[in-house]
Amino acid sequence: MKTTVFHPYHVAAGAKMVPFAGFEMPIQYPTGILEEHRIVRNKVGVFDVSHMGEFEISGPQSLDLVQVLTTNDASKLTPGKAQYSAMCRPTGNIIDDLIVYKLADDEFMLVVNGANVTKDFEWVMENAQQFENVEVKNVSDEVNLLAVQGPKSLEIIRALTSDHVENLAYYTFLQGSLADVPMIISRTGYTGEIGFELYFRGDYQIASRVVDALWSEGGKHGISWIGLGARDTLRLEKGYCLYGNDINESTNPIEAGLGWITKLSKSNFNGKSVIEQVKANGPKRLLVGFVMRTEKLIPRHGYEIIASGHHVGAVTSGNICPGLGTGIGLGYVGIEHSAPGTIIEISARGSWFPAMITKTPFV
Amino acid sequence: MNFPKDLKYTKDHEWVRVEGEIGTVGITDHAQSELGDVVYVDIPNADANLEAGAAFGTIEAVKTVADMYAPVSGTITEVNSVNDSPEVINRDPYGKGWLVKIQLANPSELEGLLDADAYKALIG
Repeated sequence: MKTTVFHPYHVAAGAKMVPFAGFEMPIQYPTGILEEHRIVRNKVGVFDVSHMGEFEISGPQSLDLVQVLTTNDASKLTPGKAQYSAMCRPTGNIIDDLIVYKLADDEFMLVVNGANVTKDFEWVMENAQQFENVEVKNVSDEVNLLAVQGPKSLEIIRALTSDHVENLAYYTFLQGSLADVPMIISRTGYTGEIGFELYFRGDYQIASRVVDALWSEGGKHGISWIGLGARDTLRLEKGYCLYGNDINESTNPIEAGLGWITKLSKSNFNGKSVIEQVKANGPKRLLVGFVMRTEKLIPRHGYEIIASGHHVGAVTSGNICPGLGTGIGLGYVGIEHSAPGTIIEISARGSWFPAMITKTPFV
Repeated sequence: MNFPKDLKYTKDHEWVRVEGEIGTVGITDHAQSELGDVVYVDIPNADANLEAGAAFGTIEAVKTVADMYAPVSGTITEVNSVNDSPEVINRDPYGKGWLVKIQLANPSELEGLLDADAYKALIG
């Protein structure tokens, strides 16, 4: 089991550690998931997400490779901009969702899910073979990643760097430094709050400089470590997809509601022709959000979705919504049952529990 | 981790405190710690009959859902209104976080339960 460079901090903070994407990662701290959730919504929290994968792509044909690999249009990026995107197989199904960073002309960084690093890198290398002037490096093991998220995050990051982070719009970044550690400071995150993701290299000593700086400046704001448990409740409240739950290699971007990152105007990309057909014919099923109409059930991955007495789909993500105080979930249903306001039932423990399809975000 | 000596425990992580013919039932400190934040408890109303070892309700936590098993057979005489603030189960599992009181049908069942030391050994 691998550990991140921040592992000693998690242990010292009393984290409950679990295996995740080949790493031993903190799922929660003694604070508890609900309180960690509230800390991020109201103050500021820090996530160690160093298990995420990073690939660097460089060379004159790097844009061509990124364009073939991803569904969004990377030609729209200028240095300092990032975009949410997906990689598909030729079948149109999703290998992974990712963030594409344009570091410089002819230089990109792809940030992929930790659990998918190996298969993603194989896929990227396979696609890279058709280009002579492109170099791809898997730097996942070198790059540390902290997500500093919450309404107080800007104040803290601004105080710790001379770079102009206050000018960063959502999905833009700069290459600067914090605590004298060179890093990418990115206005991105998975919580729906204002926040930053800090990508930097270095061992425990270097990482300590960053952590100590964050805590010295964030202490007065109640800065806290936040685990993967709250990361899940935070992203689900905002309706963000989780790879492996809501999207996988048997779902396509259109039915997953990711049409907005799928640019069919692009000349070509893996899966384009299949996705064009799905879009033309209309998807047969759709990923929808739903809110429980009873407090008796928290929906969970795998529970069946019932409409008009028939099985119409399955829950892909579910949890308590701390902001609403009730259960919420995502799941695929037949297109004819997908309209917001549709009453459905969630089947669990031999009973059916009422719920209603709603638009996301939930809060 | 806390293991009060005056309780009997099940291997499924419930406890029972017996006073006269009434047994008060809850989940253990270990159980609440494993479950994490409890958000809802689904338990039957008073007058329901429980059978020792049978599932009698479910407990929803942020991370997972778990069945609860009756430590002893009997009739529910009182249900704690924990759903008003389910975090009490995390905070005080052996006190304010109790779940039901049971009129014992067969007090000899208590002999089959674990004492504090045996339960402590079980969860290691």
